[in-house]
Amino acid sequence: MTQPGLKVIKPGVLTLVQDLGRFGYQDIGLSPGGAADEQAFLWANRLLDNPPNSPTLEICFGGLQLEVLANTTIAITGAEMHATLNDHPIENWQTHPVNTGDKLHFAHASSGIRGYLAIKEGFQLQPSFGSVATVMREKMGGLDGQGSPLKAGDVLPCKEHKAKLTRAVPPLFIPDYQQPLILSVIPTEQSEHFDAEELEKLYHWTYRISPNSNSMGIRLQGEPIKSKVPGIISEGIPYGTIQVPPDGQPIILLKDRQTMGGYPKLGTLFTLDAFLLAQQQAHTEVRFTQISLADAQEKLRYFYRFFGV
Amino acid sequence: MKQLWRIEPAGPDAVLIRFGEQIHTDLVPMIRAATRQLQQALQDDIRELVPSYTTLMLCYNPRKNDFPTIQNKIQQQLASLDIRESETGTLIEIPVWYHPDVGPDLQRVANYHQISIDDVIHRHTAPLYHVFAIGFAPGFAYMGNVSSQLATPRLTTPRTQVAAGSVAIAEQQTAVYPISTPGGWNILGRTAMKMFDRQNPRLCPVRPGDSVKFIAVSKDDFLLAGGQLE
Repeated sequence: MTQPGLKVIKPGVLTLVQDLGRFGYQDIGLSPGGAADEQAFLWANRLLDNPPNSPTLEICFGGLQLEVLANTTIAITGAEMHATLNDHPIENWQTHPVNTGDKLHFAHASSGIRGYLAIKEGFQLQPSFGSVATVMREKMGGLDGQGSPLKAGDVLPCKEHKAKLTRAVPPLFIPDYQQPLILSVIPTEQSEHFDAEELEKLYHWTYRISPNSNSMGIRLQGEPIKSKVPGIISEGIPYGTIQVPPDGQPIILLKDRQTMGGYPKLGTLFTLDAFLLAQQQAHTEVRFTQISLADAQEKLRYFYRFFGV
Repeated sequence: MKQLWRIEPAGPDAVLIRFGEQIHTDLVPMIRAATRQLQQALQDDIRELVPSYTTLMLCYNPRKNDFPTIQNKIQQQLASLDIRESETGTLIEIPVWYHPDVGPDLQRVANYHQISIDDVIHRHTAPLYHVFAIGFAPGFAYMGNVSSQLATPRLTTPRTQVAAGSVAIAEQQTAVYPISTPGGWNILGRTAMKMFDRQNPRLCPVRPGDSVKFIAVSKDDFLLAGGQLE
């Protein structure tokens, strides 16, 4: 009897084990990491009635091929990757029963860039410092605890389960990653390093996502925004921080960000918008608007209450 | 009494508590005391406490507290903070083999100040350094202040690879590279001490707020302690 699990035939462009992240170690320099798009991640676990922080696969750009070595149920959400089960197309944003010997393939992402694959009760993995979130740069988390992305031959252990009724995300709740993005920014006092007319540029101009973006941060290209100072004394940087290096091109910091930053900041991107931003392809255009801290916190409370986080 | 800090919202799940506008060693015990106090009193409300030179970032769960509530809780705790009685942190001694074989910038720093390599070593080992913050990489501790008679600007072109354990200075800061990484600081020597060690329950031998003294050791002592030449 072999260990039930999913066997990696081809890892695709990049596939990582993720959960909600590693908390409590930023004071010694560990990045929080975690699923780049929590909305799709949380839906995948919710469809299976998993605890919200259960380990899932984050399939970046697609190309993943798996062989199923268990009888259980999976859920797929996030980027549209035209998944097939034994060469038959299967729907995104819903659960699917799978059986030993099945072949599960993901093509290249056509909308969004990160797909999530959750399994009933979650993949059975050993956390590193309280989390399985993969931070490759720090050699932290993942299947081997060394931050490695999945490779051919890896087996992701899971549990066996009787097939349940199919469940799907209601269409109203499925995000369209190709909708034009207007991102809400929470103004913060740390923006005092910019003159009002420089700060205004962020809301006036359209910016484009640079191909140099990654899970640490989204780099924008567009009208440069000049700060009164080249740098600030390094300090902690929350998720969504919009920092501006001397070249004036903003960088929005995401899950795999470093723990401290020394560039002046324009504000903080609203969390739920940052999840959508993490699904955008390079060269996509984005615009910005503002949201108050109180409104942002209320929406976030609603979001996390819904998912039971 | 004049308020010594300011609580700024920094996003929907974080605040920055600002203790000053300039880097100053006087802020180290204050931020350390605040970190300890908040950690103990608000354990259930806090996700992260990230101390730095002039600030303490506190991350919280917006489902449990909104900004006015967390601000209030922080105010209450900091109001009763007694900085004079706060401890200065652990003193950690870091043994270093200072030699051009592992300290490729010893000569450059000596030339910059027109002094001998022995003087460089003496000036680096003389002070007691404060650990301001840890960042850049797991276990990378920013320490200061390096004497102005030793402070040297960063390399114009950073090295593509700096060996793990390298002890280095940049302007008035000093640090130990915990892992092999690109870097632009002036490398003076190497330590066998692991600055980030998964096998060590403390993970990092130094923490923000601690004090550090560098001790010059021989090549034999360095190798005996497990030091690596490459």
